[in-house]
Amino acid sequence: MGTTQSGIHRGRLAPAEYETNFSDLHPRLDDHEALVAADRCYFCHDAPCMTACPTSIDIPLFIRQISTGNPIGSAKTIFDQNILGGMCARVCPTETLCEQACVRNTAEHRPVEIGRLQRYATDVAMTENKHFYERAERTGKAVAVVGAGPAGLASAHRLAMNGHDVVVFDAREKAGGLNEYGIATYKTVDDFAQKEVDYVLAIGGIEVKNGLKLGRDFTLADLTANFDAVFLGMGLAGVNALRAEGETLPGVVDAVDFIAELRQAEDKAAIPVGRRVVVIGGGMTAIDAAVQAKLLGAEEVTICYRRGKEHMNASPFEQDLAASKGVMIRHWLQPKRVIAKDGHVAGIEVEYTEMRDGTLTGTGETGVLAADQVFKAIGQSFEASGLGSLAMSGGRIVIDSEGRTSVPNVWAGGDCVKAGEDLTVTSVAQGRDAADSINRMLAAGAQPAVAVA
Amino acid sequence: MADLRNNFVGIKSPNPFWLASAPPTDKAYNVERAFKAGWGGVVWKTLGEEGPPVVNVNGPRYGAIWGADRRLLGLNNIELITDRDLYTNLREMKQVKMNWPDRALIASIMVPCEEESWKAILPLVEETGADGIELNFGCPHGMSERGMGAAVGQVPEYIEMVVRWCKQYTRMPVITKLTPNITDIRKPARAAKAGGTDAVSLINTINSIVSVDLDSFAPNPTVGGKGTHGGYCGPAVKPIALNMVAEIARDPETHGLPISGIGGITTWRDAAEFLVLGAGNVQVCTAAMTYGFKIVQEMITGLSDWMDAKGHRDLDDICGRAVPNVTDWQYLNLNYIAKAHIDQDACIKCGRCHIACEDTSHQAITQFVDGLRHFEVMEDECVGCNLCVNVCPVENCITMVGLEPGVLDQRTGKPVDPNYANWTTHPNNPMAKQAAE
Repeated sequence: MGTTQSGIHRGRLAPAEYETNFSDLHPRLDDHEALVAADRCYFCHDAPCMTACPTSIDIPLFIRQISTGNPIGSAKTIFDQNILGGMCARVCPTETLCEQACVRNTAEHRPVEIGRLQRYATDVAMTENKHFYERAERTGKAVAVVGAGPAGLASAHRLAMNGHDVVVFDAREKAGGLNEYGIATYKTVDDFAQKEVDYVLAIGGIEVKNGLKLGRDFTLADLTANFDAVFLGMGLAGVNALRAEGETLPGVVDAVDFIAELRQAEDKAAIPVGRRVVVIGGGMTAIDAAVQAKLLGAEEVTICYRRGKEHMNASPFEQDLAASKGVMIRHWLQPKRVIAKDGHVAGIEVEYTEMRDGTLTGTGETGVLAADQVFKAIGQSFEASGLGSLAMSGGRIVIDSEGRTSVPNVWAGGDCVKAGEDLTVTSVAQGRDAADSINRMLAAGAQPAVAVA
Repeated sequence: MADLRNNFVGIKSPNPFWLASAPPTDKAYNVERAFKAGWGGVVWKTLGEEGPPVVNVNGPRYGAIWGADRRLLGLNNIELITDRDLYTNLREMKQVKMNWPDRALIASIMVPCEEESWKAILPLVEETGADGIELNFGCPHGMSERGMGAAVGQVPEYIEMVVRWCKQYTRMPVITKLTPNITDIRKPARAAKAGGTDAVSLINTINSIVSVDLDSFAPNPTVGGKGTHGGYCGPAVKPIALNMVAEIARDPETHGLPISGIGGITTWRDAAEFLVLGAGNVQVCTAAMTYGFKIVQEMITGLSDWMDAKGHRDLDDICGRAVPNVTDWQYLNLNYIAKAHIDQDACIKCGRCHIACEDTSHQAITQFVDGLRHFEVMEDECVGCNLCVNVCPVENCITMVGLEPGVLDQRTGKPVDPNYANWTTHPNNPMAKQAAE
C-alpha cells in the first residue's frame, strides 16, 4: 500500500504508518520515570530555570512536589503562574529557556527534564479533572478579549478568576489559536488543545464567541463602547510572500495552512503531499511543515534557508528533530523563481547567498531543486484591521510594561504586540499580566470606560 | 598487592569482610553462595535453644528509607532469630565449614539468660567445627520482650555473667555483640571485657520506626494493621556505629579489646573507616541484602587498591590508625582557623551554599557580584563551619582551607595564633585550668 509517484498525492503510506508517525513525540513520563527525573533537581536557590521562564513558574518547587509524591500540588504550582502549563510543557523550546538555564548543564551537559516533568504534573491534574481556581465574587465589570489563543485564554482566565465577566471573540471555528491550528500534530495529540481550552474555561464567567473577526465583524471602538476594558490577543494572520516568480502556481502552499489542515484532519492519509518537497524558511513553522511532510510520506524534503545555521529561528533541538526524520536542511540559499511544468510546480530555482558588508546578498550562482510542492514559511505578519487609531510600530501593537496600548482601557499581548518572543509561553505571560493590570484598574475604579471614536 | 588476610582473635579468614548474623546467613544455601562470591567469613544467623523454633511474622518484615533515585539508605527489620530447627542449622554449619575450611564460620547464639541453657548449647556448636561464637545481646525487637537479645545487652551485669559462662564452657573464641540502644556504649563493652570476652562486635540494630503509612495510620512494616519498632541498619546508621567503635577503641579500660565493626558498611571506604577507627575486621549485612553477595568484590578490590596506593602492606598497618586522632571536644585546637573556598571553575551556580549560609548560618556567601550570579565566600564573615561544603552538590567544589599561622583572620581582625590552645585553658571557661605559678 502507499504510493511513491511524483506529484502531490494523498495516501502515500500504509494506514498504520500514519498512526505511528503522528503519535506523541514525547509521551508523558510514567510515575517512576517522573520520580527518577525529579530526583535530579537540586532545588536551586533563586533558580536560574525559574528566571528563564517567561511565566516565572516556580520550577524547583513543582519538581520537588513531584519527587515527594504530590503531582497535584505540583500542577497547582505550575498553573498558578501559567494556566496553559500543559501546552507549554509540550511546545516550549525548553532547550533555549528553562532547560538551557539548568545548572546541571554546567557539570553534566544534561539538564533536568523540566518540560517533561511539567507535562507529567499537568497531565496528572488534568486527567483527574482537578481544578484549582474559583471565581471571586462577581464584580459586574465586563471585559472583551479578542483572540482565543494563548494570550487571550490566559487573560480571560485571570480576569474571570477576579470576578469579571469575560467575552472572548475569535475569528476561527474553534478556540485555541495557534495551539489548535499552528502546532505540529505530534506535539499535541489526542485533541489536547481543545481539552485545555475546556479546562481553562471551566472556571466559568467566560463566553467564547467564535467566527467573529475584528475588522470584519466588529471594531475596537465597538468593544470599548460596550466593555469596561478590552484585551487584544490576536495572532499573525498574514503570511509573508516569497517575492519570487511563480509564487501563485498550484503546489505553492502556505506552511501555516498545511500545518492547520493536518491538525484538523481526522485522517492524516487524506492530506496530500508531494514526492519532493521544498520548504522555504528557517523557523519553527518551516521545521513543523518539513517534518510533517516527511511523516506524510514525502520522499525528499529540503528546507532552504537564506542564512546560516546559527541564524535559524528554529532551535537546535528542532533542527536535530528534522534531521532525525530525514529532512535535509540547506543554508545560504534564497528562492529565485518557482519552475512550472504543465501549469504545476516542478522545481524551484535558488540562489546562493552570502553576507557582504553586513548585508545578505545573492552571489549570482543559482541551481534548481526538483519539487512537486513548495511550502512558504518565511514568517507571518500581523494584519491590523479595525483598530482605529491604536499606536503601532513595525506592524505590531505598541504596549507598555503592563500591556497597556495607546488607547485607554485597551490592553494587548501575544504575537500581535511588539514585545517579547513569539512563543506560546510569552503570550501566556503577557495575557496574564495584562489581566492583572486590567484588574487593578477595574478594582481601583480609576477610569470609567470611554469609547474611542 | 596488599595482604588482606585477617586474623581476628585467632580466627583466620582470607579477607576482613564477614557477613553479619542476619537473613543472608540463615542457611547453607546462602552461605555457600556468599563464600563463592568471596566473603571471608560469615556469622551464622542466630541459633536459639533446642526445641520448637521461634516463628516469624508472615507479613512484611522490612521497612526502608531511601535517598535520591530510591537508593536504600536505611533498612529496618522485625525478623527474629533463625526460625529453623537447631539441629538442621548445626548440621549445615558443619558441612559448610568442611567445604570451606579457609573461611571463618562463627555461630551467633541467643538462649535464655540461664547458665544451663548456655551450657547445653555450647558443646553442640563446638562440634560443628565453628571457629567461634558471637553472643547476640543486641536484637532489639521480639526476643528482647522475652528477656533475651537487647534485654541482656542493656544490663552490663548480665553481659558479664553470660560471657563468663561461655568462656567457662567452650574453648571457642567469644565475640560479644553489643546493642546501640543504650546511653553509654563503653559500659557494656567494659562488662564484656570483665567477663573475659575475646572481642566485641558492634553495632547491632537501632530501635526504630522507619515510616508510617498515612492511609492506614500504622507503622511500616504493617502486619495486619499494626506495626512495631524494628532494628535499623544500613548506610544511615554508619555514623552512629563509627562513634561507638571509636568510643570503645579509645576508652582506656577497653583500649586494645578486639572489635568487629558493624553498621552500614556498603563500600570499601566504609570498611576502611571502621578499620582505622579500631575495628579488627568488619561485618556486613544490608549492603548484601540490597545488592547481592557480589558487592564484596568491590570491597576487596577497593580496600586492596587503596592500601597499595598508600603503601599499607597489611591490615595491621591500618587498624586503629585514626584512634589517636579521636578526642574530646574540649581538646580541639581553638586556634585552628579555616575558611571555605569555592572553586569558581567547578561551581555550577545552584546557589545552595548561599541560601544555606544566608538563611541558616553566617551570611558569609555572596549571591551576586557586580550584578552577576556569583557565589563567593566573604572571609570576614566565614566562621569555617563547613555547612556549604556539605550542601554543595558538586564534589570538591567547595573546600575548607586552613589559615597558616600569622595570617590575618579577616573575621576577627587578628593573626592566626600558631600555638595550640583548647577550651580547658580558654579564658571564657569558668573551669579553665590555670597554669602553675
